Amino acid sequence: MSDEEGKIGAVMVVGGGIAGMQAALDLADTGYLVYVIDSSPSIGGAMAQLDKTFPTHDCAMCILSPKLVATGRHHNVKLMMASEIDAIEGEPGNFTVSVKRKARYVDEEKCTGCGLCTLRCPVEVRDEYNQGLKLRKAIYLKYPQAVPPVLTIDRDNCIGCGVCETQCVAGAINFSREEELVKVDIGSVILAPGFSGFDPGLKSEYGYGVFKNVLSSVELERMLSATGPYRGMVLRPSDGRMPKRMAFIQCVGSRDVQVGNPYCSSVCCMFAIKEAIIAKEHTPGLETHIFFMDMRAFGKEFDEYYIRAEEEHRVVFTRNTRVSSVSENPETNNLHLWYSEHGKMRREEYDIVVLSVGFDSPKDVEKLAEKLGIELNEHGFCQTDMFTPLDTSKPGIYVCGAFSSPKDIPDSVAQASGAACRAMSDIAGARGALVTAKEYPPEIDVSGQEPKVGVFVCHCGINIGGVLDVPSLAEYAKTLPNVVHAEDNLYTCSQDTQQRISEVVREKGLNRVVVASCTPRTHTTIFQNTLKEAGLNPYLFEMTNIRDQCSWVHMNDPERATEKGRTLIRMAVAKAALLEQLRPAEVEIVKSALVIGGGLSGMTAALELSKAGFDAHLVEKDSELGGLLRRIHYGLSGEDLQGFLKRLVKQVEDDDRIHVYTNAELKEVSGSVGNFTVVIDSEGEETETHQGVIIVATGGEEYEPTEYLYGKDPRVMTQLEFEEKLAKEGEIDAKCIVMVHCVGSRTAERPYCSRVCCTESVKNALRVKEMDPGIAIYSLFRDMRTYGFREEFYREAAEKGVVFVRFLEENEPVVRVDDQGRLEVIVLDDILQEELLINPDYLVLAAATLPARGNEELSRMLKVPLNSQGFFLEAHMKLRPLDFATDGIFLCGLAHLPKFFEENVSQACGAVSRALSILSQDTLEGEAIIAVVDESKCRGCGVCVDTCEFGAPSLKQLEDGRQVSHIDEALCKGCGSCSVNCCNKAISMGYFGTGQILSMIESCFPETETPPAEKEVAEVKEVTET
Amino acid sequence: MTEAMAPAKEEGFQPSILAFCCNWCSYAGADLAGVSRLQYPVNVKVLRVMCSGRVDPYFVMRALELGADGVLITGCEIGDCHYISGNVKAKERFERLSKLLDQIGIGSERIRLEWISASDGIKFAELMEEFTEHITNLGPSPLKGSATGGV
Repeated sequence: MSDEEGKIGAVMVVGGGIAGMQAALDLADTGYLVYVIDSSPSIGGAMAQLDKTFPTHDCAMCILSPKLVATGRHHNVKLMMASEIDAIEGEPGNFTVSVKRKARYVDEEKCTGCGLCTLRCPVEVRDEYNQGLKLRKAIYLKYPQAVPPVLTIDRDNCIGCGVCETQCVAGAINFSREEELVKVDIGSVILAPGFSGFDPGLKSEYGYGVFKNVLSSVELERMLSATGPYRGMVLRPSDGRMPKRMAFIQCVGSRDVQVGNPYCSSVCCMFAIKEAIIAKEHTPGLETHIFFMDMRAFGKEFDEYYIRAEEEHRVVFTRNTRVSSVSENPETNNLHLWYSEHGKMRREEYDIVVLSVGFDSPKDVEKLAEKLGIELNEHGFCQTDMFTPLDTSKPGIYVCGAFSSPKDIPDSVAQASGAACRAMSDIAGARGALVTAKEYPPEIDVSGQEPKVGVFVCHCGINIGGVLDVPSLAEYAKTLPNVVHAEDNLYTCSQDTQQRISEVVREKGLNRVVVASCTPRTHTTIFQNTLKEAGLNPYLFEMTNIRDQCSWVHMNDPERATEKGRTLIRMAVAKAALLEQLRPAEVEIVKSALVIGGGLSGMTAALELSKAGFDAHLVEKDSELGGLLRRIHYGLSGEDLQGFLKRLVKQVEDDDRIHVYTNAELKEVSGSVGNFTVVIDSEGEETETHQGVIIVATGGEEYEPTEYLYGKDPRVMTQLEFEEKLAKEGEIDAKCIVMVHCVGSRTAERPYCSRVCCTESVKNALRVKEMDPGIAIYSLFRDMRTYGFREEFYREAAEKGVVFVRFLEENEPVVRVDDQGRLEVIVLDDILQEELLINPDYLVLAAATLPARGNEELSRMLKVPLNSQGFFLEAHMKLRPLDFATDGIFLCGLAHLPKFFEENVSQACGAVSRALSILSQDTLEGEAIIAVVDESKCRGCGVCVDTCEFGAPSLKQLEDGRQVSHIDEALCKGCGSCSVNCCNKAISMGYFGTGQILSMIESCFPETETPPAEKEVAEVKEVTET
Repeated sequence: MTEAMAPAKEEGFQPSILAFCCNWCSYAGADLAGVSRLQYPVNVKVLRVMCSGRVDPYFVMRALELGADGVLITGCEIGDCHYISGNVKAKERFERLSKLLDQIGIGSERIRLEWISASDGIKFAELMEEFTEHITNLGPSPLKGSATGGV
């Protein structure tokens, strides 16, 4: 069970939301056994409730459901749903956890998730998933795509009539189940319990729960969803009418000392913008208004999104205001919103008012904290410190996601990977100890054999058999060409039927298998494993969907549905006969990583790689390590950063596994995941090395302002320079200081927010006040973006007398030297609508953070993209924040976007976790369904190279001098676009080959006799080029 | 084949429709329609490909030639493509193919490109309903029964 030190190679992840799933997948991919426990009957968490995600408007379920399926099906992940931790004992690397598992009254092994039971259940109750806007049954699946796809009986509401039991052909209902206590041995724990939504009823002045047309932002989200109560339409609860005017009230349960939530919830500003845009898209003629104090658009492309919302989508923004109350016109149920603008009370009328609810700490988290012995902060979130943002107060227990502070999806995902990295480092020696690869018999080579197809048609209880004539389908299948066996099964996916398929394959010498049942999206792997057990290559399998896309959608037309079933089976058999054995390419992994950039992120990454047992080659362009951190002296709570940096550099330099190159740059990078060849020029000397993965941590730099007399007057300096002055001199001789925010950020040239400067300004202002409370400080800002718990420092600064003055973009402060040689700052205070004239001793500029200078060249060398601002662009802005689309290359820190110290540490650990999922393996299995070039047909035009988004094709020279395309098997994702674009049809696809697809088309329309498809392929050219 | 043929409306005409669905979004949307038990006409058969960018215009031509009265190509919403830009490529090819179909007298109205997200079972079902009705109104494809074994 464990390695020689008694460490256990298993991790428990508490919470199955997006953070918990990401942590679980990283761990499982790296060779750890993972237990995911969640109090809910299914994984998915809060993200499963979302319609779209900001700022890209990705459909939340589209990007979430592959993660759900991957987590649910991973052979190293065990889901423990409806469970909670009861007790924990032991020490880091070796814990025993008692888990209380509630009974779901449905056998997880037997339930197929068909949902027939719900149709007849007589009890209807409030559907929490749809925020009570819809009803569900007492036996239910939390949401249609839920994983595991197992129903649950809600015994609080079930009347025990037993109708579900009579409906369940699988015999999965079991009322006698009881709660059980299970003991699990693990090495580390990751906490990802998420958050709970603030109860808007507590802000009684907004009338939630009293006025029908006041909604929470989560309720609106469900309305916007196609699976929501009104199929994506926004309707007024009072009369079902489409609204014409909708208002969003921000900071409901955030930045509000009165309700006990003084912190900022970090996501609601963007969430409201997204809903305001989508609601307009769903509702013709709708006007949407957002009332807010500061627009906290601090993430990647958020400010651009904010600008688009206002300029393109015509969302109306009302700044600087906290809405004081909402009242209702009882006749129309319209709502009056009362607020003050520039000191005057105003009233506006709306059809719907949406309350942007903030984040509370997760429900019942105090109990969990007590059982685990971890400390919570004063707001009930997990206590962490800036140097170890992923560690709880108890060794061996780590944290990620909203539980450590309110945050959005990408930040949660990055942290989740980071927490996985931390959790692994305690049990690095036990990696792989508890996971075993399944052994299969040697594969029988069927190439050259005549196709012998076996067809298995599933009744799926009565899900298919209740509509289609399944036995007749099996009989029909027997008449098709190449079919040597066909039968029908009650459940083709059941354990015993799979055994049977295996036997039939051997007995009858089948070399192709077709299953006609449910969806290949969830069930292909099950049947492919059955083929492997029977000694067949898994790609000799084809599946056709006669349930989700036939019996379930044509329930009232059984005869024609059966006819359609025949067609679908005919198509599947036709393709099956042409299937070929596929073997994924194997790449040997070089067990070493290249880390580009020796700042905080790069050094953290190198150290974590070393702890995991891998070499790191750390390349730094300067003569010493440290990057931008060399210029930052203290943290928000006074932490000594230079002391920390010294220790960090020493640790890196003393580590035998870390090879540091200073004054270094990359000369050349070639190869792909598993084996990159890298030429490094360090101190004028070139070294060639081989690396399995690459982590990009190139950092950033401070903008050198051209505004506000910077560089012309020594009293004008940047925040970093000012911080240096404060740290070195320990005092400051001044009566008045002015700070200006957004210098070089949020401009036409640089439309992004530099994220850290508001907080850095507050930090330095507090530092000055500490040195001398008598110094007057004016902080001139546009939106104060002290998100999360940083908000409290903003409040503290205001309390200590720092004067915060808001100015609008169009009224930038004017700075000059007056005739007495004094600095003079003139600014229009937007709130008071008064012009202020200040004569400061120092003018401190919160200068933008710029991407590192070498990014462009590096981007070309690594063939990974930059965004329009010069920061590196990740594979997916929501769910793959640390990956590039090119496998084996990762990013972290300021290379991705300006961010805080603790965020850089989280991301660096996260990038390492992503890298470890590759480095921990000896060989990497690529995709099996990939493009293959027929070199005899290829004329080397290179269209495929331009078509591919993943850099898989390249041109190579043959011995006879001809240039042809070559597909890097490790990089091809199998989309098939190159195959379509190929002028000579020299590229074909595995499993979705042109001949295979054409054979399906031909058998779909059988009335016409035609020659075989393959002969026509050459003629395709004429059509595609027309 | 180049002369425009006005389709004759037939009594009780049941069109044959082929729908290409991408594995990640529209096929999942079709599954969701099933999970939600949304009912739509039997006439449509789905052919799964990994990406709408895999759909060769020739596949569509071949289906029409063999007796399809209508062909649907469906994929992820722009920006959501699992392969980044496969759907963008599908769109470009679709536009070219539409022109071609108009030129040769089959009519681009027999083919349709739609984006369907994995959470939009309703859109999938509604599209099946609407497109089947649309093709029924157009009548049988002028190519029906004319297949010669190549375009």
